[in-house]
Amino acid sequence: MNFAASEQSASYPPASHRQDEDVPLHTLKVLVAGGFGVGKTTLVGAVSEIRPLRTEETLTDASVGVDDLGGVEGKSTTTVAMDFGRLTFSGGVRLYLFGTPGQERFWFMWDQIAYGAVGAIVLVDTRRLTTSFASIDFFEQREIPFVIAANQFDGARRYTAREIRDALDVDPDVPVMMCDVRSREVARGVLVALVEHALHTARQ
Amino acid sequence: METPRERWIGRDAGPVVRPYAMTRGRTRPRGLVVDLVTILVTTGRTPGDRVWLSREQRRLLELCRRPSTPADLASETDLPFRVVQILLEDLHQYGLIEEVPQAAEPTDRPDPRILMRVLDELRRL
Repeated sequence: MNFAASEQSASYPPASHRQDEDVPLHTLKVLVAGGFGVGKTTLVGAVSEIRPLRTEETLTDASVGVDDLGGVEGKSTTTVAMDFGRLTFSGGVRLYLFGTPGQERFWFMWDQIAYGAVGAIVLVDTRRLTTSFASIDFFEQREIPFVIAANQFDGARRYTAREIRDALDVDPDVPVMMCDVRSREVARGVLVALVEHALHTARQ
Repeated sequence: METPRERWIGRDAGPVVRPYAMTRGRTRPRGLVVDLVTILVTTGRTPGDRVWLSREQRRLLELCRRPSTPADLASETDLPFRVVQILLEDLHQYGLIEEVPQAAEPTDRPDPRILMRVLDELRRL
């Protein structure tokens, strides 16, 4: 092996990493879809360690300062922040959560996240149900397992999961949950429902 | 080739260099397309004298001494994901990093056994 002195040609031996718990061996993705302000950041933050992640620099005004990501508005006008969280489990298993806005111009990113993913959590705002139709179509067409989580906003009219299911017209086996994603317990329950649903779908 | 010159106008703004200046104008990767969660690690090979690495690429190479994913690398370096993806593709082309395979055969669906493990752990959280 060449241990040259200059930085350019320094060698980078792979560390012995198999015994290291903190090293990824199996990585899984979950997509968190939903419009601006529906609670993606809250959900990701409630259940995982949230980390900064930026992508693309073609989007400007609409993405900055509108989503509920404090601090991003002053940072840059040419990149868009994604919600990004990570859960680390034993045996090198890592579950990554990616939240992106549910508008068509972000779909290039959805395709990247959705490829090989466990599935998607579609966060819906009961006051603006129609904004979720396009995302539901997206996952149905690509046969990506998804669950519907309807975030209960204070002061919004209460609906039952049945009413939401009927309004969104999703398949009977798609889990629909009413929830408050600020609660870690609830957010965890949504993730559990998605993984169960993904396993169930895989067996079919 | 020289690294594009940077100017700083303030901490919050970061370096004033267009993100795609770092990728020498390319906006999409060629060859290997790394996924957000592909596990990458250094091969241990030495960059030859003819290979020019940017500061960002040297940083990524350094970080890849421990197996890491492009999503984590983008987060760590505060570079846009797509830029990281292109820089990593170069490193792969130079034979400096490689993918750590996660399954015997490539598949576009997660391994049900891994999903079962995740489910168990999630329930215990």
